[in-house]
Amino acid sequence: MKEIIYLISNYDFISRAFLAGLAVSLCASLLGVTIVLRRLSMIGDGLSHISFGAMAIAAAFGFAPLKFALPSSALASLLLFRLGGRKMKGDSLIAMISSGALALGIIMISYSGSGTDMNSYLIGSLYSVSQNDLAFSLVLCGVVLICFIFFYHRIFSVTFDADFSKATGSNVGFIENLLAVLTALTVVIGMRLMGALLISSLIVFPALSAMRVFKSFKAVTLCSAIISLVSFCIGFLLTLVFDAIPTGACITVVNLIMFVLFFLLSVKKQ
Amino acid sequence: MPLIEAKNLSVSYAGKKVIENVSFKIEEGDFLCIAGENGTGKTTLLKVLTSLKKADGGTLHFNKNLKKKHIGYLPQQTDVQRDFPAGVKEVILSAFLGGMGFMPFYRASQTKKLSEIMEKLEITELSKKCYHELSGGQQQRVLLARALCAAKKLLILDEPTSALDSSAVQDFYRIISELSSKGMTVIMISHDIENAVKYASKVLHLGESEMLYFGSSEEYIKSFTKSKGGEE
Repeated sequence: MKEIIYLISNYDFISRAFLAGLAVSLCASLLGVTIVLRRLSMIGDGLSHISFGAMAIAAAFGFAPLKFALPSSALASLLLFRLGGRKMKGDSLIAMISSGALALGIIMISYSGSGTDMNSYLIGSLYSVSQNDLAFSLVLCGVVLICFIFFYHRIFSVTFDADFSKATGSNVGFIENLLAVLTALTVVIGMRLMGALLISSLIVFPALSAMRVFKSFKAVTLCSAIISLVSFCIGFLLTLVFDAIPTGACITVVNLIMFVLFFLLSVKKQ
Repeated sequence: MPLIEAKNLSVSYAGKKVIENVSFKIEEGDFLCIAGENGTGKTTLLKVLTSLKKADGGTLHFNKNLKKKHIGYLPQQTDVQRDFPAGVKEVILSAFLGGMGFMPFYRASQTKKLSEIMEKLEITELSKKCYHELSGGQQQRVLLARALCAAKKLLILDEPTSALDSSAVQDFYRIISELSSKGMTVIMISHDIENAVKYASKVLHLGESEMLYFGSSEEYIKSFTKSKGGEE
């Protein structure tokens, strides 16, 4: 234990990754509740593939990766949230766009010859969280928290019954766009640590675990946030102990175990 | 000036015209019942009236004094709601959001109105329950309570009695006619025509891509139901 505290407090890159991870876990778990309930669970996966594609294009053309990936993912997210279920079934739209973006990203990386970066984008790593990433994730976390406090009832209402909200004069478009953009930003930042393949686990697992046991939106939202933070801490500590395991995979497995525990708890309750 | 006036309205659903040349006038305080077989565009018409869908022909005029925040709406249940973790109070209180602008929290007067309406619908004992654990009839009453909380001038109901048992149906009509007599305008789709026309002041009967009847409910009972030999 002493060693771990020593590691976190004495190595800048570890403390950076730890703080950024906590911030991203909190954002992802809060946003995850409404995403899962709206049957858009695959959106995190889709967005991570899109931002992988965007980062690869940025690397190939020499743009700053985040400056290019953030707006393009936000745009794609708006498209997925707004169009999903209208013009096309949401799941097929996500599948189509995400595999397209992934393929484009792979071609770009192979073409530009920077193949070594591919792994760190796909699997994520402790070492890739920069000072900028940390600052951005803390700001993002603040924004997500403020939005959830101020728009909590509206987020509930839009998720539960968008038609009712629209018909009775709520600004549904604003809330939907806000959630879409915040989700995209969370995915792009979280990808550094968790990897493009695993970031969506931060979005879906805590909400699904919380929904096993809790029955009101407020309780599910709070519990989801706590599960996510606890799972992140455990997963992060384990990667420090067994330093061969990538952080993202470890956190995902802890989240999976949490889900099983909550599932068993719900079975026992009945 | 009427509250809502539709002239030669036509609407398509999934590329097919389901409503054609429908015209009607709704005055303040009217209780309009919309009747018709499945697939005649009743729900689609309500979606046009609530601005969830656009009409693709004809005109639809709303009175200037009718704003969206004055509307209470009971839509049909969606898939998402079936396993949604929501407290009964959370659901009903969301009725007030439309008129709240950017106010983040509910006011005391709103929670008071919530208790009054829950009492009226006899669902006070459900207030601590989770929405998806309720029976179909209880869920319908919760959504009705939400619509009643939201309605200031106009109440739009899409098959509000489909999951209710017969005594609850009678209570429902009693509450709605009381509201209507106090000046609330009500538009309702119902399969339970025999009951509905007794309370309604006007009837709009939609047929396969044409309008079969629009007018007072007395006329409707006299001419239409008899010539068809009773309803369904």
